[in-house]
Amino acid sequence: MTALNQTSGQNQTSAPLAAGFADPVQDAQRGFRTIMNAMARPGSLQALATGGLKPPAPLTPVVAAIALTLFDYDTPVWLDVPFARSEAVKTFLRFHTGAPIVSEPVEAGFALIADPAHLSSLGKFHQGTLEYPDRSATVILTGQTLSNEGPVHLSGPGIETETAFSTGPVSLAFWDQVKANNAQFPRGVDLIFAGSAEIAALPRSTMITVREA
Amino acid sequence: MTAQQKPLDEGEYNFAYLDEQTKRMIRRAILKGIAVPGYQVPFASREMPMPYGWGTGGVQVTASILGADDCLKVIDQGSDDTTNAVAIRGFFEKTAGVETTFETSKASIIQTRHRIPEKDLREDQIIVFQVPIPEPLRFLEPRETETRKMHALEEYGLMHVKLYEDIAKNGHIATTYAYPVLVNNRYVMDPSPTPKFDNPKIDKMAALQLYGAGREKRIYAIPPYTEVKSLDFEDYPFEVQKFDKPCGLCGAENVYLDEVILDDKGGRMFVCSDSDYCEERREAGHLGPMAADPNAMTLAGGTSDQHSEEPAR
Amino acid sequence: MYVAVKGGEKAIRNAHQLLTKRRRGDTGVPALTLDQIAEQLAISVARVMGEGSLYDEQLAALAIKQARGDLIEAAFLIRAYRTTLPRFGYSQPIDTGKMLVERRISATYKDLPGGQLLGPTFDYSHRLLDFALAAEADGEIEAPVRRTPIDEPMPRVTDLLDDEGLMEADPVSAEDAPVGDLTREPLSFPADRDLRLQNLARGDEGFLLSLAYSSQRGYGRTHPFTGEIRYGAVEVEFFAEELGFAVSLGTIKVTECQMVNQFQGTAKSSPKFTRGYGLVFGQVERKAMAMSMVDRALRWEELGEEQVAPVQDTEFVMSHSDNIQATGFVEHLKLPHYVDFQAELELVRRMRGEWFAAREAEEKASRNQKEAAE
Repeated sequence: MTALNQTSGQNQTSAPLAAGFADPVQDAQRGFRTIMNAMARPGSLQALATGGLKPPAPLTPVVAAIALTLFDYDTPVWLDVPFARSEAVKTFLRFHTGAPIVSEPVEAGFALIADPAHLSSLGKFHQGTLEYPDRSATVILTGQTLSNEGPVHLSGPGIETETAFSTGPVSLAFWDQVKANNAQFPRGVDLIFAGSAEIAALPRSTMITVREA
Repeated sequence: MTAQQKPLDEGEYNFAYLDEQTKRMIRRAILKGIAVPGYQVPFASREMPMPYGWGTGGVQVTASILGADDCLKVIDQGSDDTTNAVAIRGFFEKTAGVETTFETSKASIIQTRHRIPEKDLREDQIIVFQVPIPEPLRFLEPRETETRKMHALEEYGLMHVKLYEDIAKNGHIATTYAYPVLVNNRYVMDPSPTPKFDNPKIDKMAALQLYGAGREKRIYAIPPYTEVKSLDFEDYPFEVQKFDKPCGLCGAENVYLDEVILDDKGGRMFVCSDSDYCEERREAGHLGPMAADPNAMTLAGGTSDQHSEEPAR
Repeated sequence: MYVAVKGGEKAIRNAHQLLTKRRRGDTGVPALTLDQIAEQLAISVARVMGEGSLYDEQLAALAIKQARGDLIEAAFLIRAYRTTLPRFGYSQPIDTGKMLVERRISATYKDLPGGQLLGPTFDYSHRLLDFALAAEADGEIEAPVRRTPIDEPMPRVTDLLDDEGLMEADPVSAEDAPVGDLTREPLSFPADRDLRLQNLARGDEGFLLSLAYSSQRGYGRTHPFTGEIRYGAVEVEFFAEELGFAVSLGTIKVTECQMVNQFQGTAKSSPKFTRGYGLVFGQVERKAMAMSMVDRALRWEELGEEQVAPVQDTEFVMSHSDNIQATGFVEHLKLPHYVDFQAELELVRRMRGEWFAAREAEEKASRNQKEAAE
């Protein structure tokens, strides 16, 4: 990579490249089972083993583990500004996954959000089509504090009756966006919330009720 | 090549056979399948070292979710000892070295063809179905281009017409297996060729259900506790097959039975299709009406012999 | 009992052991070597490489040996092996214009630049069993007289027609335009020509042959002339990113067939000749021809023709051309199905019961009616 390609002021490219999974086969399998369990049981908190990853900030070990588990050269990835500004993050993702990094949100299979409080809209990502709803994006929100208490109640496939759920930071309009996302089922994006050691997911099939305390 | 790929030596295969890129592709399809319950996700099914139609879809799904600490059970027709179940279990023993079992309650992953175990599955279990024709509308409309539109527009009239014609002609719905269901009130889905007896089990099941069709290149899923309704009419409600006899070996009632022909003079007996379930009941001291029959002794004896040969790992 | 084999594991092991023995046959007869198969059953080897989608004569020979000469089983072995190989990328397009030609014929011109070159062919041979071949030892084989290589280029016939504007232009796609690959992406419809050709190239020879035949008999609209068939060796090159230029990986032998079809023109397109294209590994000429005819038939939509025949039905053709898929699904009926059969048994018994009961009731009613009348 030449200096010309460096768009950011931070000169992180000279730092040695952080290692990937120590055991690519087993670490990816464990990562996937955790993500699958999270997606199959919306709102449940699932501890994610990170296989000793020490990715460059603002990537976190949990987000890096998700990326290494799911991304490859078949999955265009969109990064929000704080991620896109970091050459080290891009180099890490490109080297370990081979995923092309795209500038248009609608082209992405996965979106990595470092700053969820400023995520303006879920609608800018690929929503899938009625004929191919599977072509929609999966949006991964970083730095979340997750809990099974709070005003948001989840129901639908994967939930026996109802689950309380809260996460943050997210934007003020976020839960309205998630409701709108569910309303267009089977189209819509799927969400993964990455905490410091655990994750949760909200597929588009989950219904949201917000109850004021 | 990315850093996650490593070339294979000759005669040496990756854990659970599939390469990591293929597993990732299948894993992503599984996640989308879970997010849209009952929708068939296209995936780039690989050629497997077993023929299409012999469980390549189920095998690819299992290979993509399987981990070193899983315990795998493989059944075909409800039994662990049918030829294809033996072959598939052997495949994973060889390529993944995982623990295998005949016991439903011990398994973390159950791959099946044509049956669902009688014992209720738990939240920490996953059931993987082998699917020959994933499209429930296929025999009404052979074109993928057309059926895809029908699913998109939720146009399932054709299916209801077909079922209703059955009733008009025969007085009842003449579909006995692969009986179509409505998942989460949105997608009509083929539950694979399990007898309709098993349909109630997939409604609000605690375990995650994954369906793999290798030749037709489709994966679909039903998350735990999802509402799954067998299609029917108000005046002709869905009903399952009932057997008027209990299992000849263990005396179980309200289970699916196999008819075994004993001689050429019409002699027959009915025994549990779920061989593990039957065995557990017999071990607990339950006896069926034909347990003392010499033919029954052979059947039961064979089963428990095999059980003792269960591969120790 | 064959299903629910108790001790299934042992039975399978024994069956495979017996197969090993039967495959070898009488050990008094020398075993086949892979070289013998590759050299003397070259067209079988080529078919297995083509339908197995992997160019490797020795592996194809091994597969044929292991499959006891069952070519579909052999192609299946090759496919299953192929999927485990690491992928490094896609080769450069081969240039059949630069082929080292061993055979080249055209049915549309008596003579043409580069000439007609019959090469090794069954054509014009009298199909009489050659009992001399039944003798164990090889007789002397007279060295064939071959044309002295001429330095004349051998342009493709379609390029000659192209000069006059009579032939539809070969669609040129951008260098970096993505080419579909149905081994990496699930097939979806409509499928473009790149995917269709890939599907046909992997497709079953017999299936394509019958489809092509049906189009000649009126189930379709092709009126084909063999513009050219050429067979020979072409170089395969791979663009190495780290070197910045293409390197040769070696040569492969292929047969290319271009069928030329008269085309009356439609509102969309002027009258001209159109083409169908076939390309296969080795000298599998029959399949190359059939492929080019089916390819042309499948282009109906692009040329504004009507769809009237099975051979034009893209979804039907592409969904059923693969013999590995077809044989798997047909043969899976050998697997136990007794659970579903049990469900059907119960239903058919019940329906028969109802049918007989209804008939009895009917007869009784008509008897009563009769008695009442008397």
